[in-house]
Amino acid sequence: MTAEGGLAMQEKHHTSLHFEKELQEIKDGLIYLGVLTEKAIQQAMTSLEARNAELARQVIREDDAIDRLDSEIEERCIKILALRQPTAIDLRFITTAIKITGHLERIGDMAVNIAEKALQLIEEPQLKPYIDLPRMAQLVGDMIRNSLDSFIRGDLKLADQVRRTEQAVDDLNEQIFRELLTFMMEDSKSIHRSLMIMQVSKNLERIADHAKGIADMVTYMVTGECVRHRTCPAP
Amino acid sequence: MAANDIIRIHRVNFYYGAVRALTDISMQFEKNKVTALIGPSGCGKSTLLRLLNRMNDLIDGTRVEGEILFEGRNIYAPQVDPVEIRRKIGMVFQKPNPFPKTIYNNITYGPRLNGVSAADLPGLVEQSLRQAVLWDEVKDILDKSAMNLSGGQQQRLCIARALAMKPDVLLMDEPTSALDPISTAKIEELVEELKRHYTIIIVTHNMQQAARISDQTAFFYLGNLIEYNKTEKIFTKPDVKQTEDYITGRFG
Repeated sequence: MTAEGGLAMQEKHHTSLHFEKELQEIKDGLIYLGVLTEKAIQQAMTSLEARNAELARQVIREDDAIDRLDSEIEERCIKILALRQPTAIDLRFITTAIKITGHLERIGDMAVNIAEKALQLIEEPQLKPYIDLPRMAQLVGDMIRNSLDSFIRGDLKLADQVRRTEQAVDDLNEQIFRELLTFMMEDSKSIHRSLMIMQVSKNLERIADHAKGIADMVTYMVTGECVRHRTCPAP
Repeated sequence: MAANDIIRIHRVNFYYGAVRALTDISMQFEKNKVTALIGPSGCGKSTLLRLLNRMNDLIDGTRVEGEILFEGRNIYAPQVDPVEIRRKIGMVFQKPNPFPKTIYNNITYGPRLNGVSAADLPGLVEQSLRQAVLWDEVKDILDKSAMNLSGGQQQRLCIARALAMKPDVLLMDEPTSALDPISTAKIEELVEELKRHYTIIIVTHNMQQAARISDQTAFFYLGNLIEYNKTEKIFTKPDVKQTEDYITGRFG
C-alpha cells in the first residue's frame, strides 16, 4: 500500500471515466455532508451557550438539507451497486460510503436534538456555566473531521486516533452526569434543567459513537477487516 | 499434495515455438470445487486449461516443461494415452459444437467408441441429459438433429455429451460467452449442481460470473499466476494490487 493508502489505492484510473466520475461525486457529497453536520453541531452548541433561540431554530430547519443529501448519496451508491457491480476496493468504498452517509445523517439528527434542548434551556435561567460541554463538542467536532479526513486519505492512523478520542468523550459524559447528579440532589428545582443538559451530553456522546463508526468503516475499507466490535486500541 | 486436490500443477512452463505462454505455474485444483481462471486476453488462462487434458498436443511446435499430476499421475509421462486423459478430463468450448447428428447420437457417440454396450446407451442418454438439465426439453425429440436446438440448449447438450463419458473433471472455456442471459443463468445453475459430482475448472472473461459460480479464483497476467485465492477474497480484498486493478477495471 502507498503511504497515502486507502483511496490512494485508486490512484490508477478506471478504464471507464464515467465510473471514476461517479465515485468522485460520492466522495464530494460525503465531504459536503460532513461539513453540514459539523456546522449543525457547532451552531446547536452555540445556540445553547449564547442562548440564541433563532440559531437553534435554524439548525432544526436546515436538517432537511442534510437528510436530502444523505438520500442522494445513498441513491448514487445503490445505482453504482446495481449498474457497475463494483468489486474489491470499489466495493469496499461503496459499502463504506453507504454506512458513512447513514452515520452523518444520524449526527445531523442529534444536532437537532441538541438544538431542541437548547430551546427549552433558553426558557429557564442558566443552571451553571458550561465548561465541559463545549470541550466535549470540540472533541466531537474533531472526531467527525478526522474520521472524514481518514476516509478521504485512507489514513488508518487517523482512524485509530478517532477511536481513541471517543474514550475521552465518554469520560467527559460520565463526569457531566456525576456533576449534574449532585445538582439534582441538592436542589430539586434544577432537575428539569439538569436532565436537559444530560441529554445534550448524551447526544454528543452518541455523535462520538457515530464518528467512531465512520473510522471503523475506514479501517474496513483500507484493510478489508471488520473492527467494529473490537475494543478501543491502546494509545 | 492435499487429500482433496485432484490436479496438481508443478512448475509448468509452456511454449508456442520460441514464445513462452506460461511461466513457472504451480497450483492445485480441489476436488468437487469450481475454480475460475481469469485475466486479460493472452494471459495464458485458456492455454493452461488446454494443458490440463493435453489439448495443446494438437498444436504443432508446442512444448511443456514441469509436471501436471492428475490424481497423482503425471499426464505428460510418455506412457500416458492422451485420449484416456481426455475421457477423464472432459471439455466444453466457447461456442456450442454439437455433431451434425441426432440429439441421441450426440450423447452416444463417445460412449459407443469406448465400448459401452448398446443396452446401456438409452439409460446413459437419459442420465446425461438429466444431469445437464436438458432432458425435459428434448426427451420427445431425441431423434431430431441437434442443430435445431437453441444456442443455450446446444451448449447444455455439449455438457451432457461430456458427462456421458463419466469424466472426473470438466474444463469449460468461456462456456457462456455466446449465450443470452437466460441460457447463461441455466448453465451457471448447472455448474452449481455439477460440482457435487465433478471438479470444474472454468475460464471466463465475465468477472461477475467468476464471482457468482466459483469457489476459487486464479488471476493470470502475461503468462504468470498472479494470485490464487478463495473467490470471495479475490473479489472483496485481493492480496495483490495487480489483481485489484484488473477486477476493478483499472488495467492497461
